[in-house]
Amino acid sequence: MKKFELAVVGGGPAGLSAAIEAAKHGVKTLVIDENDRPGGQLFKQIHKFFGSSEHQAGIRGVEIGRRLLAETAQLGIETWLNSEVVGISPEKTVWVVKDGTESLEVQAERIILSTGALENALNFPGWTLPGVMSAGAAQTMINIHRVKPGRRALMIGSGNVGVIVSYQLLQAGVEVAAIIEAAPRLGGYGVHTAKVRRAGAPFYVSHTISKILGEHKVEGAEIVALDKRFLPISGSEKTLEVDTICVATGLTPLAELAWFLGCRFHFIPQLGGFVPDHDSHMESSVPGVYLAGDISGVEEASTAMEEGRLAGIRAAASLGRLSPEEANTLEETVWARLNALRSGPFGAVRRQAKESILQKEGAIAYDSVR
Amino acid sequence: MTASDKKPSTPLNPHPGVKICGAPSHAEVIRTPGYPREEIWRKGPVAFIECVEEIPCNPCEGACPQGAITVGRPITNLPVLDAEKCRGCRLCIASCPGLAIFVKDYTYSATEAKITFPYEYWPLPAKGQQVTLVDELGEAVCPGQVLQVMNTERNKQTPLITASFPKEYFERVKSMERLRS
Repeated sequence: MKKFELAVVGGGPAGLSAAIEAAKHGVKTLVIDENDRPGGQLFKQIHKFFGSSEHQAGIRGVEIGRRLLAETAQLGIETWLNSEVVGISPEKTVWVVKDGTESLEVQAERIILSTGALENALNFPGWTLPGVMSAGAAQTMINIHRVKPGRRALMIGSGNVGVIVSYQLLQAGVEVAAIIEAAPRLGGYGVHTAKVRRAGAPFYVSHTISKILGEHKVEGAEIVALDKRFLPISGSEKTLEVDTICVATGLTPLAELAWFLGCRFHFIPQLGGFVPDHDSHMESSVPGVYLAGDISGVEEASTAMEEGRLAGIRAAASLGRLSPEEANTLEETVWARLNALRSGPFGAVRRQAKESILQKEGAIAYDSVR
Repeated sequence: MTASDKKPSTPLNPHPGVKICGAPSHAEVIRTPGYPREEIWRKGPVAFIECVEEIPCNPCEGACPQGAITVGRPITNLPVLDAEKCRGCRLCIASCPGLAIFVKDYTYSATEAKITFPYEYWPLPAKGQQVTLVDELGEAVCPGQVLQVMNTERNKQTPLITASFPKEYFERVKSMERLRS
């Protein structure tokens, strides 16, 4: 059995940041990722990130991904790709299936779960037809594989994912017939919605999809207005000529491994559903198991990277590579950046939801670092 | 029919705004501290910052060599433009991850104004090309002529397009109709 001080499950922005932080302090670290390339969603994110210079604002996600990979390589962090973690025990034995053929066990002293989130599906008549896909799938096609999913798309959902992917569809040369939102107000950042709107893609608030036209593939979509109780208003149906339908209706933390480990959970709708408990050092209710990124509540890549750093610092400290004072000092600077990202009307919702985890009954003590 | 044949409805386009239509209305942008007052923009080139929501973001602040843009702390503050200091140099435009900054010059000529906007689409227009300029809703406003296409390393793949257009649409024009390949 291979032995590592730290096993990081999931090599996206959170996992790579965690591994880098731990390895910097001399922790023998393994990153395990099921994809053929690490970086998670970063390489699909061709837009410039928000934040301030310390959050790498103004840098495109792909470039941030390249920087993380370069740092990972420079620190000599062992990375297993095409490797799925299919089991994990409280003794921190990790069962990995590599390349779909090889079964391996890894013994780790600390574990960081940074497995990300899964896009939610939406059921409506015709939702299984070819041409219906998640917004993330469309984004993978255009930005990774350079294939257009279709000629003309309807986007369902106006959160940042729906709006950013709409913009990238336009950039890829796919027309966006409409972006529909069931709520009476748009969800995403105004700067994102504005650039899509001035490029000619219309938004429909208080609208949903009623059905798909086409028997064997998407040939059109019927949308309908919703009243204040979110019920369809008959007679308000509109037909859109589209061959692609993208679903951007939120994400759910990918937390199976945390369930496996017996982590305590809470249901927090604002963070995507069931979220494993964690303290302000990102440690779960199972000692030595840390969380980072969307598994600990759905947010964004910038916050995921900061959470990864917190988990990496704390894993290194718990292995004796940093004194408690050194760890606290490092954590304080990360928390200052995290709090900046969680400020303002958009961030406040997530910040309150994150803080609510720490105030639940049976939650782990909230300490001075925050 | 192209925009040049059409009589534009009004110099401005009233609508319910950013949370309903996606784009901020004129009423929403003029309330923000990033939008220059009329007595300033009548004098020369100046930045128009159409940032109407408090999101955590501040690269524009560091991009301005004149120190004309202030965000401060917390970084969710709306950018404040000191329009007296702004020289319309355009360095802030590509620094904005939200692509929400435009530089406009009312004094370009006796009849025409000039706008520089970010444009991340392919194909790019060519210098001298006639294009259709649009407002924040993507509606055609008037014809414009491309004066410059700037795609420098510094702008990190956010090309800037500069175009001239009739003065009467000064505040309404925001971008151009996308060219289809």
